[in-house]
Amino acid sequence: MKKMIVILTVFALMAGALTGCGSGSPSDGKGADSSQTVSTDGSTSMEKVIGFLSEAYMEEHGDIKVTYNPTGSGSGIQAAAEGRCDIGLSSRDLKEEETADLQGTVVAIDGIGIIVHPDNPVADLTIEQIGDIYTGKIANWKDIGGSDAAIVCIGREAASGTRDGFEEVTGTKDNCRYSQELTSTGDVVQTVSGNPNAIGYASVASVNDTVKMVSVEGTAPTVENIQSGAYKVQRNFVLVTRKDAPLSKAAQDFFDYATSPQADSLIIEAGAVPVKR
Amino acid sequence: MNLLFLVCGLLTILFVLLITIFLLISGIPAIQTIGLKNFLFGRVWASTAAKPSYGIFPFILSSVCGTCGAILIGVPVGLLCAVFLAKVSPVKTGGIVRNVVDLLAGIPSVVYGLVGMIVIVPCVRELFHLPDGANLFSATLVLAVMILPSVISVSETAIRSVPKEYEEASLALGATKTETIFRVILPAAKSGIVTAVVLGIGRAVGEAMAVMMVAGNVANMPKLFGSVRFLTTAVASEMSYSSGLQRQALFSIALVLFLFIMAINLILNMLVKKGEQND
Repeated sequence: MKKMIVILTVFALMAGALTGCGSGSPSDGKGADSSQTVSTDGSTSMEKVIGFLSEAYMEEHGDIKVTYNPTGSGSGIQAAAEGRCDIGLSSRDLKEEETADLQGTVVAIDGIGIIVHPDNPVADLTIEQIGDIYTGKIANWKDIGGSDAAIVCIGREAASGTRDGFEEVTGTKDNCRYSQELTSTGDVVQTVSGNPNAIGYASVASVNDTVKMVSVEGTAPTVENIQSGAYKVQRNFVLVTRKDAPLSKAAQDFFDYATSPQADSLIIEAGAVPVKR
Repeated sequence: MNLLFLVCGLLTILFVLLITIFLLISGIPAIQTIGLKNFLFGRVWASTAAKPSYGIFPFILSSVCGTCGAILIGVPVGLLCAVFLAKVSPVKTGGIVRNVVDLLAGIPSVVYGLVGMIVIVPCVRELFHLPDGANLFSATLVLAVMILPSVISVSETAIRSVPKEYEEASLALGATKTETIFRVILPAAKSGIVTAVVLGIGRAVGEAMAVMMVAGNVANMPKLFGSVRFLTTAVASEMSYSSGLQRQALFSIALVLFLFIMAINLILNMLVKKGEQND
């Protein structure tokens, strides 16, 4: 009898656990009190920026909750257009047809530094050269003023936002021939610093002095050059809102906070460049 | 009290069941969408391309090659080390070596990866005059070291459990110590040693972190000095940002990996049972 009870209990537990994973519905910002929740949805590359901003914001406003759903720029813009979230997040500028109903506000700029080993004599590359290097058209450093050695292309994993941005700017989407795909910016910097023939890309803010950042088309990746747009390997982080429907009070407040000068230090901390005001 | 023991025992079964069911439920849809043949034998993996392609054949081959290589290097070293520990070493030296082996077993895999990345990868690059050292060979070296502890401890136990009389008889017949070890003791400990090898295979197939840091992670068909991606690293490297069919396909890879490990465990169980019957 005792045995029966035990077995029944265990089965009940199992059943509970199983149904538990089936019916768990995600709470996507449509909680009990939606006016106090600001839902953001979109670009995975903006995870850090939005994370830093929302964390600091929630610390100041204990009663408001900012949620973030990492779905990708395309889905974020769509979600904003359909009103499924308060603020859409996009790591590309809005297309013309999208600006009919949507308003894009640049919240920060992501500067992507092209890095090489400190001993590498190459100091400047054009966007075309960078594209050719990564697609394999230029395979030796001597073709672009370096020593006679094969170029080793270091990149990020397929779903990385930095890779997405880099490949978009250099026009190498889906054509890159990587010799290493690493899963973090730190790994890329570490690997490039350890291989005299390597070239890599990483968010400008995460690059340290163990590697050399080359200038692109004669422009160094400084904060000023990124803000002015003179440095080309960059993209905008955009907050997407609807033109016809006003934001909820909480969402508007968070939006103002994110685009205020107050947010600049947070944006720098998150590895991006604040916009020039 | 017995009740508590029973519940804990059943809990373990529950976890295994849950993981199995979860993997089956989340892994099968992508295989159905992609097609089993295209998934298992497709040679191109481009999960985020405009025209995505989900073929995991390069991953399977890389995993198999890396594991075989690790076994080829790791097993002879581990086996001879076990012989040393069980039959040759003085008590004191043996104790030290055994402690070091235990320590090796306790080192987290990320540390193996880090050392591999900073020491082995540049060394391989310099030694073989390659443009880049992150390749199948480096991964194999790291895996070979990682499987040493399990190979050593299991085969040492096997060698020790060979009856003393075998050894004495062999020596009495005039065989040298080396002959005795290779002709009598190792053949007698065969089933235990095979168990050690299978355990090593299990460890090597399932390792993700260390491999991810030294193998380069590009979805190429395996080449000794080419960048490769293993089954484990394929899941780990893309999971964080994946979505839709890509994510489902990652679960399918996990399912394939799970089946591999299951098969290895089954073989292991069979071998252990066979060994017991022989005793």
